[in-house]
Amino acid sequence: MTEPWWISVFKALVLINVLLLAMAYTTWLERKLLARMQNRYGPNRAGPFGLLQPIADLVKMVRKESFFPVASTHAPYIAAPALAAATALAAFSVIPFGGGWTVADRHINGVIADVPIGLILIFALGGIGIYGFIVGGWASESKYSLLGSMRTCAQLVSYEVSLALSVLGVVMMGQSLNLSEIVAKQGETLWFVIPQFVGFVTFFIAGIAETSRPPFDLPEADTELVAGYSTEYSGMRWGLFQMAEYVNVIVLSGLLVTLFFGGWHGPWEPLGPLWFFIKLVLFVSAFIWIRASLPRLRYDQLMRFGWKVLLPIATLNALVTALLVVWID
Amino acid sequence: MPQPVDTLKGFALTFRQMFKKPITQQYPEYKRPVYPRFRGRHRLHRHENGLEKCIGCSLCAAACPADCIRVVPAENTPTNRVSPGERYARIYEINLSRCIFCGYCELACPFDAITLGNEFELSEYSRDDLIYTKDMLLQPPVKRVPVASPQLYDTPIPYYREHS
Repeated sequence: MTEPWWISVFKALVLINVLLLAMAYTTWLERKLLARMQNRYGPNRAGPFGLLQPIADLVKMVRKESFFPVASTHAPYIAAPALAAATALAAFSVIPFGGGWTVADRHINGVIADVPIGLILIFALGGIGIYGFIVGGWASESKYSLLGSMRTCAQLVSYEVSLALSVLGVVMMGQSLNLSEIVAKQGETLWFVIPQFVGFVTFFIAGIAETSRPPFDLPEADTELVAGYSTEYSGMRWGLFQMAEYVNVIVLSGLLVTLFFGGWHGPWEPLGPLWFFIKLVLFVSAFIWIRASLPRLRYDQLMRFGWKVLLPIATLNALVTALLVVWID
Repeated sequence: MPQPVDTLKGFALTFRQMFKKPITQQYPEYKRPVYPRFRGRHRLHRHENGLEKCIGCSLCAAACPADCIRVVPAENTPTNRVSPGERYARIYEINLSRCIFCGYCELACPFDAITLGNEFELSEYSRDDLIYTKDMLLQPPVKRVPVASPQLYDTPIPYYREHS
């Protein structure tokens, strides 16, 4: 269903602000949850429960000197964080957060861009976003950054394959690449996490690797590479990298909710976006929980796991689903 | 080998920790009592009749490994009697930005004039403010630090800490 362009612009404006706020408070949630899992308090100085901490961090990062190394290749060095953050933010535009409403005889979609190939668009944007990390590390002219970039290259490229393959089952069951239609299909039948449990697990694991979150945080492994590709960055440029990472986590959680957990559907229907939000927060918390629980993989383990375990399982899952879909029809 | 059961146990552990009370001590609000023999900011002492115990012998400055004590002695005169001995410390300065709080000065002092107190909150915005003069060292400290009961610890308190 189409809507006038100005509604889309308005929605995009609102959503990008909500998303940035959500990203800021994801950092807060992460620090708080991680702290509690380690018997600490976490941020508790700025405002009640440290709720103003993300704002304080933002002010600090924006006010910092935008320094860059003399040896760096300037243009890509400056463009890389912006690219990473922009693509991460753009990816959220195709994730549906509601079923759509009719206000004053105008239909408003529950998604910013109702693209027929939404899922492919998300992977494409993610693929471009990886360049931000790779180019940023390469342009820094530092050994740690370069190593971080190389790891980003290897890890994200190899896990992107499993990521894309593991959603094939969902695409075949939903019979669409449009995320809104996939969600609608789940509302009619049942959440795809039940028939596609293997796909869900592989997608989740590949997603953690794709957002380079612990235990797959090889690209920025602080104990080995200082901070990986973001070693030479400071101030808001570094902040943009962090933003990209956290927005990627949110996008991936949103994708998990959309593809496997029925999107905006819940036990009581009218709450639409709220259900989406609750599920999203649960998944973001799961990311943090995993971070608190598992140690980082070794590099060869990461590669072996990606190519020899995850990829065959994802492929098998896609094949079996294809056979079953054809057989049942 | 993958060990799924142990991995799940790890997840359960981190989840359980969330509901326990954090063990962090919230520092500015809660100050953990220091040990009775804790070595903090220096103090200079007076006799009960008001005269300074320090006689300006500079033994503390000689013992100081960080070379942070500066003593300039002067003669006592009948009209200006500061200490019971022949001389007194006209200038007594400790540069606390250099001090390593080893306590050798209080060991070296023959009159127990200088001891190390319990105050450890010594931050300043300027390095100059960390040079403590004689007047500052003679004053009782502004901030009091909670000290744990000596009965809790079996190490004896040195006599020069108790009697000065």
